[in-house]
Amino acid sequence: MRFDKYEWTAISIMTSLFILVGFIQGWSVSLVILNMCIISAIMTMGVNISWGYAGVINFGVMGFLAMGGLAAVLVSYPPVKEAWQVGGSGLGISLILLVALVTAVYFITKLVEKKSHKYWLNGLVICFGLIIIRYFFLNATDRIEEVDPALAGFLGGANLPIIFSWAVGGLFAGGVAFVIGKVALGLRSDYLAIVTLGISEIVVSVLKHEEWLSRGVKNVIGLKRPVPYEINLQTSDWFISMVTWFNSSKLNEIIDADQKQEILTNLIIDSSSLFVKLNYALLFFTVMIVIYYFANKAQISPWGRMMRAIRDNEVSANAMGKDIVKQHLIIFVIGAAIVGVAGAMLVTLDGLFTPSGYRPLRFTFIIWIMVIVGGSGNNLGAIFGGFVIWFAWIEVAPLTTFLINLLTSGLDPQNAIRLHLLDSVPYFRYLLMGMILLLILRYRPKGIIPEKIRHS
Amino acid sequence: MTDIFNSIVVLLNFVIIPGLSYGSQLALGALGVTFVYAILRFANFAHGELMSFGAMITILFTWFFQSQNIGLGILPTALIALPFGILATILLGLLSDKFVFKYYRKQKSVPVVLAMVSIGVMFVVNAIIRIIVGTETIKFSDGQKFIMKAKEFKMMTGLNEGLALKSSQVITILITIALLTFTFWFLQKTKTGKSMRAFSDNEDLALLSGINPDRVVFITWLIVGTLACVAGTLYGLDKSYKPIIYLNLVLPIFASAIVGGIGSPFGAVVGGYVIAFSEIMVTYAYKKFFKYLLPENFEPSSLVQLLSTDYKFAVSFTILVIVLLIRPSGIFRGKVL
Repeated sequence: MRFDKYEWTAISIMTSLFILVGFIQGWSVSLVILNMCIISAIMTMGVNISWGYAGVINFGVMGFLAMGGLAAVLVSYPPVKEAWQVGGSGLGISLILLVALVTAVYFITKLVEKKSHKYWLNGLVICFGLIIIRYFFLNATDRIEEVDPALAGFLGGANLPIIFSWAVGGLFAGGVAFVIGKVALGLRSDYLAIVTLGISEIVVSVLKHEEWLSRGVKNVIGLKRPVPYEINLQTSDWFISMVTWFNSSKLNEIIDADQKQEILTNLIIDSSSLFVKLNYALLFFTVMIVIYYFANKAQISPWGRMMRAIRDNEVSANAMGKDIVKQHLIIFVIGAAIVGVAGAMLVTLDGLFTPSGYRPLRFTFIIWIMVIVGGSGNNLGAIFGGFVIWFAWIEVAPLTTFLINLLTSGLDPQNAIRLHLLDSVPYFRYLLMGMILLLILRYRPKGIIPEKIRHS
Repeated sequence: MTDIFNSIVVLLNFVIIPGLSYGSQLALGALGVTFVYAILRFANFAHGELMSFGAMITILFTWFFQSQNIGLGILPTALIALPFGILATILLGLLSDKFVFKYYRKQKSVPVVLAMVSIGVMFVVNAIIRIIVGTETIKFSDGQKFIMKAKEFKMMTGLNEGLALKSSQVITILITIALLTFTFWFLQKTKTGKSMRAFSDNEDLALLSGINPDRVVFITWLIVGTLACVAGTLYGLDKSYKPIIYLNLVLPIFASAIVGGIGSPFGAVVGGYVIAFSEIMVTYAYKKFFKYLLPENFEPSSLVQLLSTDYKFAVSFTILVIVLLIRPSGIFRGKVL
């Protein structure tokens, strides 16, 4: 991983931006932005792997993120025993029936020769099977949802540390991606974009409305954390002594004991929240570096070279004996799995799972803007894009407020246009995002840090 | 006998008439997407925002006319404002083409890049709309709300079930019929329409035979702007105007265009109705319908609903996926305009 001069510039600009925010708006704000930037960078790497390496378009980012979020809930939430008792058997029966149905359809497709017979028979079997499964399934889910609806009303999870869910989220998203890929990857790229976008909507609407699984729009709150809680930190001795040690020069100047104690308490409260955010940042950063390392290794490996060959000329790669369908599927699944990891991390950071919060504008298109802006095909570019765009997304609001105040300073403070503009500050970020995307596509179509052409 | 009539009226009231009006809105939208796809050759993700923009301008003019006390009596004021909305939408389409899409067309970029570009346009237009009117729900239909109220229908026929006919639904269906007739007449009978079809069929051949591509593109945006604005306004008139809805509407519209066979205008219209009817029919609870048809003892205890209404949007994508799997070119073999 040797960076050239250009990449060093990008890294140092980004670092200094965070330090600047730290000094102006406070370190807490800076760390909050940093955490989301790292998660965005991981999502961006996931998309970049499928789009940048192999040219496989993936507009289902939102769906894979939601699958990752579901994993966080299912792994970490304590199981709701009562719900399992009333609904477990019904769910089990419907699962067995579903497996039976799939096997039946599989054998019909294999054994029946004539095509029209096949369609009719399959249709009949599926309809009939679904009616039976529906009966057991709805019974079970209704009972589950009746269990303590205000607090539970769903099956709960496995009560494991939430950090495991990052891997599980990857598996979930990868599994969904495998099914989607099997169905849709043969399509032309712009069809594929629409289909993946549509399927991600389906995934999210299932999570929104299947309350027995994810609590739906009632949201899951109070997920466990992989890092210590502020309250516990504030009472633990080692943390207090650490804060005292860090600020010893400042504290020693104060002679009055009461005042000293008061300042120390404030410092401890502040630094406990900083410490938690810093812990998150370290965890996320480790994951990002690990993914970055392997993504880079993969890119320069023979496999990565084959991917580029497939991307640049499908026909000749096919003629060289590469199995394009299979490779496309593999890379689509890998990319989606990384997005799923990011989705689990996102829910971990928030500590809550809100299925209705997944909107395509925020969770699919912004990620794509990050990839395009950063530079598709270059992992560092992808990370950089994630950082820059998320940074801009957050910081554009205070900047616009400042600019509007500046431009309308000649007007009366109660002027209608001024007030209206100040009301619509949040929407200027969409304007900025659109403009950035259009400008980059026009004047720097390969992104800010373009892919390096390797002739090896 | 009255039972059968009652069940038919239930179906008409809750499935067929809403399906027809929603289908008309989707069909107009899908026709616009198809035009862009067939002539400019890309999937225009900004189409929903184009519809939203047209509806917004129409609303602004409606407010203006309402403040001047200009109205159409029993018809909604939005109908006078509609031409202004159409003009503004066409202008927006032409501007976006001049400043954004034209460059990539001249570069002969791949369709995916153009789709990305259209996402950029989508963001910009989306922001402009939100900055101008915010994100709140706006109701702008005025005039007489119902042509026939459920009660009047009951009085008239003596049936148990009422049939309500909203004027916005009738207006939607009538305008759609007029607009579709005009568009198909234009494509089939006029010289310009024929040149557009030729251009869509084989660009190089069309250029060789002296068709002016700039003119074709210009006319395309005229048609697309008109269709988008009318579709957006009718949707807003029928339900209510909310900027975020139009973003969600893009996917059913794409689904309609692809299901019908993308690039085929007739297919787009059929696709619109197919998607609309399946969305409504799959999520409608047929309990009332069967109550009239079946003998008393067999009355269904459950709602007889295939899927809960929560999955309304999912239905269109499911159909899209099934169609793409079984017949990727759509119901009417697409590609040629």
